[in-house]
Formats: sequence, C-alpha cells, structure tokens
Amino acid sequence: AAEMRIAKMEGEGARAVPLAGHVGFDSMPDQLVNKSVNHGFCFNILCVGETGLGKSTLMDTLFNTKFEGEPTQHNQPGVTLKSNTYELQESNVRLKLTVVNTVGFGDQINKEDSYKSIVEFIDAQFEAYLQEELKIKRTLHSYHDTRIHACLYFIAPTGHSLKSLDLVTMKKLDSKVNIIPIIAKSDAISKSELAKFKIKITSELVSNGVQIYQFPTDDESVAEINSTMNSHLPFAVVGSTEEVKIGNKMVKARQYPWGTVQVENENHCDFVKLREMLIRVNMEDLREQTHTRHYELYRRCKLEEMGFKDTDPDSKPFSLQETYEAKRNEFMGELQKKEEEMRQMFVQRVKEKEAELKEAEKELHEKFDRLKKLHQDEKKKLEEKKKSLDDELNTFKQKKTAAELLQNQAQQAGGSTTLKRDKERKK
Amino acid sequence: NSHNSSGGSTLLGYIGIDTIIEQMRKKTMKTGFDFNIMVVGHSGLGKSTLVNTLFKSHVSRKSAGWARDEKIPKTVEIKAVSHVIEEGGVKMKLTVVDTPGFGDQINNDNCWEPISKYINEQYEKFLKEEVNITRKKRIPDTRVHCCIYFISPTGHFLRQLDTEFMKRLSHSVNIIPVIAKADTMTLEERQEFKQRVRKELEVSGIEFYPQKEFDEDMEDKSDNDKIREAMPFAVVGSDKEYQVNGKRVLGRKTAWGIVEVENPNHCEFAQLRDFLIRSHLQDLKEVTHNIHYETYRAKRLNENGGLRDEPALPLTLYRLLF
Repeated sequence: AAEMRIAKMEGEGARAVPLAGHVGFDSMPDQLVNKSVNHGFCFNILCVGETGLGKSTLMDTLFNTKFEGEPTQHNQPGVTLKSNTYELQESNVRLKLTVVNTVGFGDQINKEDSYKSIVEFIDAQFEAYLQEELKIKRTLHSYHDTRIHACLYFIAPTGHSLKSLDLVTMKKLDSKVNIIPIIAKSDAISKSELAKFKIKITSELVSNGVQIYQFPTDDESVAEINSTMNSHLPFAVVGSTEEVKIGNKMVKARQYPWGTVQVENENHCDFVKLREMLIRVNMEDLREQTHTRHYELYRRCKLEEMGFKDTDPDSKPFSLQETYEAKRNEFMGELQKKEEEMRQMFVQRVKEKEAELKEAEKELHEKFDRLKKLHQDEKKKLEEKKKSLDDELNTFKQKKTAAELLQNQAQQAGGSTTLKRDKERKK
Repeated sequence: NSHNSSGGSTLLGYIGIDTIIEQMRKKTMKTGFDFNIMVVGHSGLGKSTLVNTLFKSHVSRKSAGWARDEKIPKTVEIKAVSHVIEEGGVKMKLTVVDTPGFGDQINNDNCWEPISKYINEQYEKFLKEEVNITRKKRIPDTRVHCCIYFISPTGHFLRQLDTEFMKRLSHSVNIIPVIAKADTMTLEERQEFKQRVRKELEVSGIEFYPQKEFDEDMEDKSDNDKIREAMPFAVVGSDKEYQVNGKRVLGRKTAWGIVEVENPNHCEFAQLRDFLIRSHLQDLKEVTHNIHYETYRAKRLNENGGLRDEPALPLTLYRLLF
C-alpha cells in the first residue's frame, strides 16, 4: 500500500527518490497531531428521537458523566433543539463536546413539520461556517465548529418496523448529516425479535433509499472491524448511569426482578459497539465526512442558489467575485430604480398638495369676494335707509320751521300784549 | 433553539476520546504531506548542496560550476522540481524551488520581483481553487512554505541586496536566513558576523521565521526565542561521506582536516535541520496557510470588492438577497 501511495504522488509529476539516511520528517504526523492537541478538538452530536427514548441517559452513559441539564419541558408546541456544550479532557486531549437534543419530537398530533426544525438547525450551522469562510478577514483557524458531526437517530423498540415519521425524517437528513440509527431501550425486545427487527429496519432503509453512515473500510487498519460493525447496524443500545454490583465489580446496569441488563456486556446490548465506532475508531472520520462531503454539498447548493457558477479555468480568477460584482451592479440598479420611483412619488405628492392648496386659496378668495359684496350691499342699503331717514328728517325740520314761523306770526299780532304782559309781569 | 455552555464535566471512567490522536495520525499518514521550499542566494553559495544534505537525497540539481557553455541567466529564473520521499511510513512530496540568477547580474535592481511574483502566483492558484463552487477534496498546495535565504560569508555586513530582499518578502513568506559556507570563517569570526547580521536584521525591521508576533503561547515563545537567538545558522553542506573516528559522516575534506557537517562543534547544520524538519515543519505550513495566505486573500478580496470597511461583500449581498 505504501508503494501504491508513492505511485499516486508520482503520478502528480514527482519522481520518487531514495533517502541516504535519516532525515527526520517522519515526525510530521506527530508535529501535526501536537498542534491539533494544543488547539483542542470539537465534536458535535445530534440526538433525534421521540420523548422518552433515553437520549439524555445514553449520552451520559457514552461519556461517562452526568451532564448537568435542566430536565426538558415537554409542553412545547413544536420541535425545538436544545444544545449544550461541555469541555471534556482525557490525558492531554481536550474535547469540546456539544450535544444537541430534539425536544418534543414526535409529541405532536400532526408531525408533518417535525423534521423541519431539525433540518433548519443543521443548515444554520453550515450557514454560520460558510459565512465565516466567505469573510474577507476571517479566522477559520480558531473558529468554533458547530456543524453536526454525527446524528444518532433513536428508533423506538416496537419490534415491528420503522415509523413513517422515522423514514421521512431520516430521508430529509441523510444528505446533510452522518446518520447512525440506533434501537433505543433495546432491553424491551427479546433477542430473537431483535434480530428480525434489525433486518426489517435495514431493509426498510434500503428500500426507501435512506443513506446511513457507513463506517469506512478503505484503511486496512480499521477495515475489518468497521465492516463487521457495519453488519451489526442498527445498534441496539441500553443506557444507564446506575451501577450494580456484579461479582466483585460495579458495572453500569439496569436491574429488573428477573435479571440485570449490563450495559457494557456485549451479549446484552450493542452499547460497547456504539462507543467503539462513534468515539474510539471513527470520530475523526465523522468529522472529516461532515466537512468534505456534507458541508461541501451545502456550500455548493447555496452558492448555486445565489446564482454563482464556476467559470472555466482560463478565465479571470474570481468566479465568485465576478458573479457577485454583476449581482451587485444589478442590485445597485434596483436601488436606483427604487430611488427614482420614490422621487417620482414625491414629486407627484407635491403637485397634488400644491393643487389642493391652490383650490383652497381660490375658495378663500371667492368667499372673500362674496362677503365683500354682501358687505357692500348691506352698506348700500344702509346708506339708502339713512338717506331716506335724512330726507324725512329734513322734511320734518322744514315743516317744523314752517310751523314755528306761522306760530311766530300769529303771536306777533296778538303776541305783543303777551310780551307786554310778560314784560309787566317781570316788572 | 437554546444553547448553553457549561464548564468541565467530571469524568468517571475511560471513554476513549484520546484515541482521536491515533485516528488523526492514521489519516494524515494516509494522505501524505506536501512541502515546498525555496532557496534564494547568488550562485556559488551551496544552495543545492544544502538542500540535498538536508533531505539526504538528490532533490536539487547542482549546477556543476559555471561550465563554459552554461550561461548565467539574464533574469532570475524560477525552477520548481518535485520529488517524493518516504520515511517511516510517512511520504512527502518535496518541491524545491530554485532561483538561479538572483544577485548574479551587475545591476540587480528589482531582482526580487520574479520571486515575489512566483510566491503570489501560488497563493492565487490556491485561492482560485478555494472559491470554486465544486471544490477538490484536497486542494493541491504549491505555496512556498519556507524560503531559505543564503547570506554570503563575507564576515563583514549584510549586503544591501540581502536586506532589500528580506524586507520585501518577509511579509509574504517565511524567510529563514542562513550563513552559507560557514567553513570559510573561524568560530569567533562566525559569532561576530552573526551578531552583526542579527543586529542589522533587527534595525531593518526584518521579521524572519519564527516571527515573534505569531508565537502562540508562552511555551512557543520560549522555544522560539532560543531559536531566534541562535539564528542565522552558520551552515555547511555536503553530500560526500568520509570516515571519521570509525564512523561514516557527511563532510568536506580539506588539507587541514575534515569539516563534519552534522557535528555541532563544526557548524550549525544539525541545528538548522532539527529546527526546520524535526520540529517546525508543520508550523511552517500552518503559518503560511493561516497567516501569509489569509493576508494575501484579504488583500485580493478587498481589491476586487473595493469596499474596505465592509466585513465581506458576499456576506452583505447574501444577507440582502435572503
């Protein structure tokens, strides 16, 4: 295999040359691993399954720890995802483990949209990574990767077949995440029923075209164990954090009146297999598949959706850049159009208002004119009346004067005596 | 959707998380490594010999002196040759980039330009691959991870060309200056020269690899400080073996003795080799990828986008469109 690998590299235009002594670059993997260790690792698990299938307990059992979490409320209207991050350390390896649980999955009457929040969550993690990757000033090296590396799908131990919710959900998730289906609470099924159940599940998955995660068999060192494990899927697990004394050891187990189910006993359940596969053998492969397959697919679809295309290799470098320059111009054009529209609208409004005001002004003028006329009419009337009254007065005055004159004349004739008398009286 | 982060959880038993180291090691050994090293310095400083000595094989073709019919190139040429070498199950595609003609002309103005251009072209190639919609699983890496600059052992000062080159290129590539053909100087002469060179580098503000600003933590800093103090390494190269004290050693035979290349009392080759290959090989690649390449990329994207203060043009467009 080593020769094959050299041959492949040679094919890329490089001749193999022998070394005359020890150079020391065989320490390269160590150098790389040391850097990764210093940096720490991330692993994100999504647990999908109905309420009560023991998701939290299984996580506690897998990671040998009591993850502190508030007991989840089960009265939500839809499916929500709750994620918790823990820092674990074993020898010099620091692991940032994130466990995401689906709360309320399968609780609703109408479960048509149940898978949606899960898909949205997974996509959101891809989206966050993509946005970081597209930044101009980016820090991918220290980015906290939240993309889901493994999805444990909990199948209810009915013993019959997969539920339609299971099939629909897994079908929606299989192109986005590595799915590892497990039969939960498998101590509820007898051994013979379990074998039949596993076969039924596998055939249903195949006939519905659901792509579950296959443990890789291309590396000789793990090919054998991985292909054996592939044939045991889906794993039938039992979780427990309670310990029971068996012989002189304390083991994780579930105690029943008729016997004790030992979690780590391979005759009782596949827990050990799950732990081997998920953590001890394929954790790195799960991370790699998430990045090189699922994420790349998401990225490609998203960018194509946005209208980006790969141009041929001879053209200008930035296919991405070019296309979005074009989009940017398009967008700016739209902005300008909108601005123009707004401007038009504004002008229109102004015109309308102006017309309104002119109307009002006109009305006012008319009113004013009317009032003025009214006023003038009144004035005229009054003047006429005054005139007639004056005339009357004059007439009266004339009459009065005439009357007085007559009176005086009358008095003159017999009026001197009056005057004498008056004069005598006064004497 | 809610998220919360708790501190450490106490473990009650072995889980197997630490096996990820083994898993990762296996994967990297399977894919192999690329390493691209560039050598710069005028003719006759033993560049090819040194690279061959470093990698204990004929990865660099020696120009057999100035043969009558071999002309000195009129301009600086860039010659990249790749070989695959394997050791301990680890295979490496080593590319040696030679720069014949550098510093050999009468007028060496701007002779660093073809080199700078080549380095940027490799970044450009990588960037082009990275922005594709459909990307390769493993983007071929031709970026120069390390540039060894050969200082002539004049014993006096750095030449103007030396400082000019290093000043201009130290911001786009990891530069490791070495004093070539150190066997032409005595130990005292070497020490004095070294100190003068180091002072000049400091005064000129040349940040050679390992750069102080990229030390990740205290441990890194103390390790790298020791190395920085000892640089530039005074080296001697050779691909010939001689018998010394019953052992076969690489050396140069003179009338007055044999200069043993790997003897730390004779020269600092072993130190250079340990530093370059046995401890910092991966770091050279990481600094190239995480820092030099990112700087190039950011500059390139800013050029095209034109908006300097926007976090990312695609990002804002993204948000607006969705």
